[in-house]
Amino acid sequence: MTLARRIIPCLDVDAGRVVKGVEFEGLRDMGDPAELGARYNREGADELVVLDISASVQGRATFLDTIRRVAEQLNIPLTAGGGIRKMEDGRAVLRAGADKVTVNTAAVERPELLSELAQQFGSQAVVLSMDVKRKGDSWEPYTRGGRDATGLDAGAWAAEAVSRGAGEILLTSIDRDGTCSGFDCELTAKIVATVSVPVIASGGANTFDDFLSVFNQGSADAALAASIFHNETHSIAKLKQYLGARGVPVRLSR
Amino acid sequence: MKVSIVDYGAGNLPSVERALRNLGAETERATEPQQIAAAKAIVLPGVGHFSAFVNGLRERNLTLALRDAYDSGVPMLGICLGLQAMFASSEEAPGAPGLGFFPEEVRALPTNVKSPHIGWNQLRLMQASALLHGIPEDAYFYFAHSYAAPAATESTVAACDHGFPFAAVIEQRGLAAVQFHPEKSGETGARVLRNFLESAQ
Repeated sequence: MTLARRIIPCLDVDAGRVVKGVEFEGLRDMGDPAELGARYNREGADELVVLDISASVQGRATFLDTIRRVAEQLNIPLTAGGGIRKMEDGRAVLRAGADKVTVNTAAVERPELLSELAQQFGSQAVVLSMDVKRKGDSWEPYTRGGRDATGLDAGAWAAEAVSRGAGEILLTSIDRDGTCSGFDCELTAKIVATVSVPVIASGGANTFDDFLSVFNQGSADAALAASIFHNETHSIAKLKQYLGARGVPVRLSR
Repeated sequence: MKVSIVDYGAGNLPSVERALRNLGAETERATEPQQIAAAKAIVLPGVGHFSAFVNGLRERNLTLALRDAYDSGVPMLGICLGLQAMFASSEEAPGAPGLGFFPEEVRALPTNVKSPHIGWNQLRLMQASALLHGIPEDAYFYFAHSYAAPAATESTVAACDHGFPFAAVIEQRGLAAVQFHPEKSGETGARVLRNFLESAQ
């Protein structure tokens, strides 16, 4: 009997469409979130994350509708977030059909938000999302989509967030994100060793071996990726077969 | 077949409703004791805090109605916190009495394992199970919880280990309960719900 390591595709959504940020080129359309969600559900994804990355008010307005449309396609858990500022935002996301809500910037500005959400919905529904950059021998969390330095230490912030009620940590390496150079296993291992809740590693996934490393060296509980799945570079089913054959406990679809 | 889904004011009902409807069941949201009294089959889903759950039931006068339904053997399925609420009490909310179908106390997962227990885990079958009929022994189910009921109860038909052996599937006469989320457990979870609907008929 083993708790499986999870493979989690992520949909970055702007104005109702899945997009992929390409450096210096703006956003590229990657498809319909409900269609992609249905495909990943079918291919054996263990969970789906949907993040609102829209900068505009109009984009935000459609996000709850996107969650509803995606949730209808799934019989696996759905995590949603992006721009969650207060309790009511979290409630709206969960009401729309998400099982968990991620909080990032607002939790740094007002850590009590984590406790409030956990008291209301349970820790299992509260995910601290943390975007970090390497700084010498440690890592520093950034807010506002990686723009603002917080002055915090990633390990200390993760521990505080958990003590306040976060039930899971979505850990993104800004250094690795979009670089296709593999997950930051050292960072992942450090946060895994610091907190008592599951850690989802994110940023830099490119090859099947990257996933193997982040589970074996990084001790990640789950690994998240976006573009390599959207591009159909990798099928989730094949990735899980690869990991399973190398001793990583994964849930293989039948 | 019509299933009454207990609506205590929180919880993610749409996914449970959708999963049951996909299997051909009709659903209603039960917010009043009369609905429970007339129910042919009851699903008790729940997420969040134990006290919010049992207080929500009490405020809506659903506690006694559910106890009556249990006594008269109406098919009932508890999910996640819905399983925990069937016990006498929980460490999560000392002093808040549960439905009391089982005398034990629900306990916090110990500190030597990750808590919440989130993700896909396997079961250890302890007795023949109608709910798990047709499901391979090594199948995975989705869990998301920080508290659990001890597996050492007579009605536990399958256990899961995370810190201590806990009750993952409970069956007793018409009553069934699962600690995992069948509505989030892919095709395997759909089979659990189908087995419940078939046994309730």
